[in-house]
Amino acid sequence: MTIDWGQLRRLQACLVIAATLSVPFAGRALAATPPDTLVQAWAIDDIIGLDPAEAFEISAAEMLGNSYDRLVRLDIDDPSQLVNDLAEEWEVSADGRTFTFTLREGMTFASGNPITADDVAWSIQRAVKLDKSPAFILTQFGLTPENVESRARATDARTFVFETDQAYAPSFVLNCLTANVAAVVDRQLVEAEARDGDFGNGWLRTHYAGSGPMTIRDWRPNEILVLERNERYHGEQAKLTRVIYRNVRESATQRLMLQSGDIDVARNLQPNDLDQIANLDTVRVISAPKGTIYYFSLNQKNPELAKPQVREAFKYLVDYDGIQASLIKGIGEIHQNFLPKGMLGASDESPYHLDVDKAKSLLAEAGLGDGFSITMDVRNTQPVTGIAESVQQTMAEAGVRLEIIPGDGAQTLTKYRARSHDMYIGQWGVDYWDPNTNADTFASNPDNADDSGVSTLAWRNAWDIPELTEESRAAVLESDTAARVALYDDLQRKVREQSPYVILFQQTEVAAVADGVQGYRLGPSFDTNYVYNVSKE
Amino acid sequence: MAGPNAVLQPALSRPRRARGRLFALVRFVVMLATTLLGLLAMTFFIGRVIPVDPVLAVVGDRASAQVVERTRIEMGLDRPLIEQFGIYVARVAQGELGQSVLTSRPVLDDIFRVFPATLELATYGTLIGVLFGVPLGVMAAVRRGGLIDQLVRVVGLLGYSIPIFWLGLLALLLFYAKLGWVSGPGRIDVVFEYTFTPLTGIYSLDALLRGDWSAFANIVSHLALPSALLGYFSLAYISRMTRSFMLHELSQEYIVAARAKGLPERTIIWRHALRNAAVPLVTVIALSYAGLLEGSVLTETVFSWPGLGLYITNALANADMNAVLGGTVVIGAIFIGLNLLSDLLYRTLDPRTRRR
Repeated sequence: MTIDWGQLRRLQACLVIAATLSVPFAGRALAATPPDTLVQAWAIDDIIGLDPAEAFEISAAEMLGNSYDRLVRLDIDDPSQLVNDLAEEWEVSADGRTFTFTLREGMTFASGNPITADDVAWSIQRAVKLDKSPAFILTQFGLTPENVESRARATDARTFVFETDQAYAPSFVLNCLTANVAAVVDRQLVEAEARDGDFGNGWLRTHYAGSGPMTIRDWRPNEILVLERNERYHGEQAKLTRVIYRNVRESATQRLMLQSGDIDVARNLQPNDLDQIANLDTVRVISAPKGTIYYFSLNQKNPELAKPQVREAFKYLVDYDGIQASLIKGIGEIHQNFLPKGMLGASDESPYHLDVDKAKSLLAEAGLGDGFSITMDVRNTQPVTGIAESVQQTMAEAGVRLEIIPGDGAQTLTKYRARSHDMYIGQWGVDYWDPNTNADTFASNPDNADDSGVSTLAWRNAWDIPELTEESRAAVLESDTAARVALYDDLQRKVREQSPYVILFQQTEVAAVADGVQGYRLGPSFDTNYVYNVSKE
Repeated sequence: MAGPNAVLQPALSRPRRARGRLFALVRFVVMLATTLLGLLAMTFFIGRVIPVDPVLAVVGDRASAQVVERTRIEMGLDRPLIEQFGIYVARVAQGELGQSVLTSRPVLDDIFRVFPATLELATYGTLIGVLFGVPLGVMAAVRRGGLIDQLVRVVGLLGYSIPIFWLGLLALLLFYAKLGWVSGPGRIDVVFEYTFTPLTGIYSLDALLRGDWSAFANIVSHLALPSALLGYFSLAYISRMTRSFMLHELSQEYIVAARAKGLPERTIIWRHALRNAAVPLVTVIALSYAGLLEGSVLTETVFSWPGLGLYITNALANADMNAVLGGTVVIGAIFIGLNLLSDLLYRTLDPRTRRR
């Protein structure tokens, strides 16, 4: 075959013309989302599976909170209270160890199978036996794969009994049962898909078997997740037919899509993009404090950082107000305690502020009047990068030379968990809505040995605190709520004053919502960001 | 292969020619296998020495020590590195790429989902690059120092120096948000989510196959910006290369001879010089195409394009090695395939290589 160059040239000319013509042809249809569909842009690429016994990621929590029922849920108007979900009523035995739940009548899963106490018991047993990441929320009550069948059991079709190994604060037990790991799955459906004793885990990661107000219709990783109304829901039907989550990572991209009407809600807007839409009357910004705390910590294996004066001095070397005014404007607020605002017993004391002179005298007291050099591992994302740079500047004023080591999330975390950092900046989100979740990590270190298998934040920073560990344990066993709150208040004060954590702020989750969307709310936790109450004009 | 040069081929007897072909095929397969194996080995060991704990991606930060340890054993990470690699290669040889921990799906399914998205973008990008880049390069070489030459220089310079991320956002701001000429990020509007079912995963092709014109228009309007952007960068490169190849050809004696013969300038440029410049140009285009097929992480991020680049980058950041290695195999195969294709095109374009 030989090439006829004349012909090729004509062909080329045709293609050029075609390409030019296709530009006006590509004109866009009127941008509006369908009236029965809510379209949200959110970075949902953290989802690695949708099995409630396993999923522990932020966006997965929201999907499961909307699509799976559980015995009780948090009251989003007052998250220290509970509301019934599948349970009609429940009671605690006199010794505080046996919880008996009675289910509502006549409920079905989205598949049409009836919901029975056996499904509830099997779901709990399944989560304990699978023993995936969130299983500790249940196993901390003494449940093991061996005893769970007798400790979490159905006594008849409507009665579920849950026994703990000792008397805990009832609020603690019930709060833990609101978590996704205690969600109820459709036994008949899931068991049919079980392979090699995996309790259907392999299948459920990418499928749905629940009874919540929404069903999960489709999940294409890094691209889209679709929730659809569950027509068989036992409560009030969701108002919209479907809710679509589009994976959009860039804040600026999300803003443009919102302004163009291609999405109804933008979920990851950074302060500068929030500023840009602040004056639009077609968009409103909704926010809610979330249970995520940002902090940086000082590894006590480093002899300089282990000095109490240095720990205190560093708390005075942060420009809290400056950071609040720019870097976390709209997405966080100053908070200096390990319990997030809104949680039982949370303290709102914030005694620290930028005070270079005070820090200098503390450093001089520690024999470091001439300053010293130190490193900080920083994940390559905002706002932590910006905060680290700000801290670098304020520390320099007191002679502390801070070197920032940037890295990916998994990379900095690997180093942190191996205790080979000097300083680490990061965030900690609550695992379930009870103060113990944070007390158990910020103020508990049962064994400070390198190979102890403990991975609490106190351990990661080699902060050896037998008394505080004891006190945290006492708080979770205290059945009198007022006494429990007093214990957490004391713990927070001690951590604030002595700890190697410089607690910076509490995250505020922000959603920019287009006009015409009604009833959009953000809950206190990610699994309480309910979308089924949303409607459109 | 027929044509004026066919007579120059040495007359081989049929069996010898068949044996020769068989030998060439075997040599090709061996080369393919060793290249891919080498590539896998490199990626595997690099993936294992990066300071990221692969278990973290599976169980997260909150799992108990027992869960972490059990998962480590389940993933085979407690075995010696070389043994892990052996197990992996044995599985790949059976066509088993394993599961991705980040998507909970077989890596092969993931690649079939993300690769068509990248293929579509890269193909349109390269088409734009070739259709505009080659003529521009030729014209720049012909009128050296002229207006078009300056233009090509500026275009090339900008193409190399402007961050694609910034340009992408700027293009979105202008053509999508302000002017509304094109659709925004993503491959298709959500309204088509329930009416349009992909066949091959190359959406524009699927819409044509299904005869769904409204979906097609929407898909093209989504494709316009990202493919124009990739096309621009590919154009910047191709036009510069075309220019320098053409300058080389135009200084050759046969051009002087052709001019002396009184051939029209158009024929000399387009039929004689470009035809010779086309030989090295094919390699340049093939490599630039292969580069785009790896997926452009930044373009995919800005335009929320669920392609191969994002997939592999995500996997690498979380040490999701099955996914990384699966992606590497695909990219390796693409490079080998395109190299092979450009070799074949060489034979068509350059008569001298046909003799062997």
